[in-house]
Amino acid sequence: MRLRFLTAMYAGAAALAVLAGSASAAETIYYPSLVYRSGPYAPNGIPFANGVADYVAMINARDGGVGGVKIEFEECETGYATDRGVECYERLKGKGAKGAIAFSPLSTGITFALTEKVAVDKIPLQTMGYGRSESADGRVFTWNFPLLGTYWSAADILIQHVNKIAGGLQGKKITLVYHDSPYGKEPIPVLQEHAQRYGYTFEAIPVTHPGVEQKAAWLKIRQTRPDFVFLWGWGVMNSTAIKEAVAVGYPRERMYGVWWAAAEPDVRPAGDDAKGYQGLALHPAGADYPVHKDILKYVYDAGKGAGKREEVGEVLYNRGMIDAMLKLEAVRNAQKIFNVKVPTGEQVREGYERLELTAQRIKELGFEGLITPIKVSCRDHEGSRKARIHQWDGKKWVFVSDWIEANNEYLRPKVEAAAMAYAKEKGITPRTCN
Amino acid sequence: MAELGPVLEVLLGGLMSGVLYSLVALGFVLIFKASGVFNFAQGAMVLFAALSLVRLSEWLPFPVAIALTIAIMIALAWAVERLVLRPLVGQHGLILFMATIGVTFFLDGFGQTIWGSNVYQLDLGISASPWFLLENLFPGGILVSPVDVFAAAVAGSLVLALSIFFHSTKIGRALRAVADDHQAAQSVGIPLNQIWLIVWSTAGVVALVAGMAWGSKLGVQFSLSFVALKALPVLILGGLTSIPGAILGGLIVGAGEKLAEFYIGPAIGGGIEYWFAYVLALAVLLVRPQGLFGEKIIERV
Repeated sequence: MRLRFLTAMYAGAAALAVLAGSASAAETIYYPSLVYRSGPYAPNGIPFANGVADYVAMINARDGGVGGVKIEFEECETGYATDRGVECYERLKGKGAKGAIAFSPLSTGITFALTEKVAVDKIPLQTMGYGRSESADGRVFTWNFPLLGTYWSAADILIQHVNKIAGGLQGKKITLVYHDSPYGKEPIPVLQEHAQRYGYTFEAIPVTHPGVEQKAAWLKIRQTRPDFVFLWGWGVMNSTAIKEAVAVGYPRERMYGVWWAAAEPDVRPAGDDAKGYQGLALHPAGADYPVHKDILKYVYDAGKGAGKREEVGEVLYNRGMIDAMLKLEAVRNAQKIFNVKVPTGEQVREGYERLELTAQRIKELGFEGLITPIKVSCRDHEGSRKARIHQWDGKKWVFVSDWIEANNEYLRPKVEAAAMAYAKEKGITPRTCN
Repeated sequence: MAELGPVLEVLLGGLMSGVLYSLVALGFVLIFKASGVFNFAQGAMVLFAALSLVRLSEWLPFPVAIALTIAIMIALAWAVERLVLRPLVGQHGLILFMATIGVTFFLDGFGQTIWGSNVYQLDLGISASPWFLLENLFPGGILVSPVDVFAAAVAGSLVLALSIFFHSTKIGRALRAVADDHQAAQSVGIPLNQIWLIVWSTAGVVALVAGMAWGSKLGVQFSLSFVALKALPVLILGGLTSIPGAILGGLIVGAGEKLAEFYIGPAIGGGIEYWFAYVLALAVLLVRPQGLFGEKIIERV
């Protein structure tokens, strides 16, 4: 009897859920968000996830969604694990009236795993500042959008910067301490090629996940005394690296992190010892931009903030916010191009490919000063490849360089060669771009 | 002589890490010795204890936070004894082991839910700047981290205290009796539940000390529970029931993996220290299946 009652109750609840789902899905844009709010990478995953969630909540509250269509937002916890990321993708891709608008995995491992799947499912994969570097070539990687910069761009920018401050790199030594994963390995080909071009000696030291065992690596650095150490870590690996650098007496001023190794959770655990540490910045930190005012007004004042009010404006928070804005701008583009209220993933892809954010549009969006103009095209899915260097002064990040643009004359042939090799391996016929 | 400097430095660094591995392994050994349970949750206990301490110390004076964390660990021991172990008395060891895996996942998740998932700084007031020893003998000296030395000293004192406790006190003898045979110990009047509570509480305190030592080095965060799993090869090496085994095993694993990473790593692509510890432990198993100091179990069949 009890079993029958329970069965009836579940069936009723399921029917209601389906009804409610179909009623709301018809008029909403479905925005899935892959996050990691727990596990070893949570300290970095949380602020990013909060930035995404708050921006979407603000757009819903202030504008009633995109083009007057509400956004249905759902998070899925990946724990930064590739298998869980793929599981989230499979579960969420078909939700909503027209399916998911796009995915941002926030993991190079998950990006590698999803690259072939999204082409079949016709859903764009936005990998802002990460993912496969050769996916900047839109002729082969139709569905990937590594907006704002790839790791090859990042490596090139870092070399340009240290070359400038050292007055040439001839005879210098550069060591890369990297997360032993697809993410950490990405910059190696560029740093190796640049070693020949600039005349420095290059050494790469892998650190195993999650990155808390680095003593041997740093004792080696103490022996070899490189002129610069580049850090390609994520999560706890970054703060551990800074602590180990202190333990072997390596100057923090000569350490440079990639843009995923230069945020508050990377330096705060090391306390005062992190002072002087530098890293790439895709955008500034700080909460005094117009978009933040709207987030505080529409989301936090309403008691609906995803995190703490004082954490709004941290480096990774701002990055999550920018990630969400770019995605929603692609959706807005798709709405205009196809004259639809709720675009499909395939239509959003067109929206990405014709995405152009001018200085004027960036200002309208409230992001003036946060990012520089972006222009995506069929051929170039990166859109922009600039970064600045910022330095931790013990309390906040301070810029120590202007925007540096990656040398695309060097990078583009490399990107195209790698993309063509990928196309050949996977049997993909590259598109022709006009 | 100059070439010996780096070797000594890596060896010393490895031994220091090894002491910390020993400290975690000790928690495993304590519980296994006294209850025959392989407590997979020891790593999660390290994380939980350190998280509790670091978050409580944000509100309370440090000594009060330590006292309160010890109370939390005792409460946790009581809950584990009452809710997990007591209903499983007399069950196969493997079932108890599975139950502790459940405790691990619960503690990992519960700890992050109530204390948060950030990296928290645990400042014990020890300078992170290195010491350089024997600078007149080796160019650049031999680098030693004061944090490592402090952690090693604390671990060493704890090991000594526990050895005395196990061998020279009435409770210690009762613990050893329970380890040999639950039912026989109960039949001579040793209160099993009380003993389990004591031993799990002691393991909780050991977890706190390990959490403080690791936390001051790495920051208190989720990965502490991963580091604690480094105790597994230590246990394979040293044996599950031996306190000296846990210590020596830790030292061998610590020194072995760091030397391997430093000298063999570059030749095969690096990043080998994580699995090298297991290779080392498995090699020992080939020669001594009970570990270096483990008891050879002879059973009639």
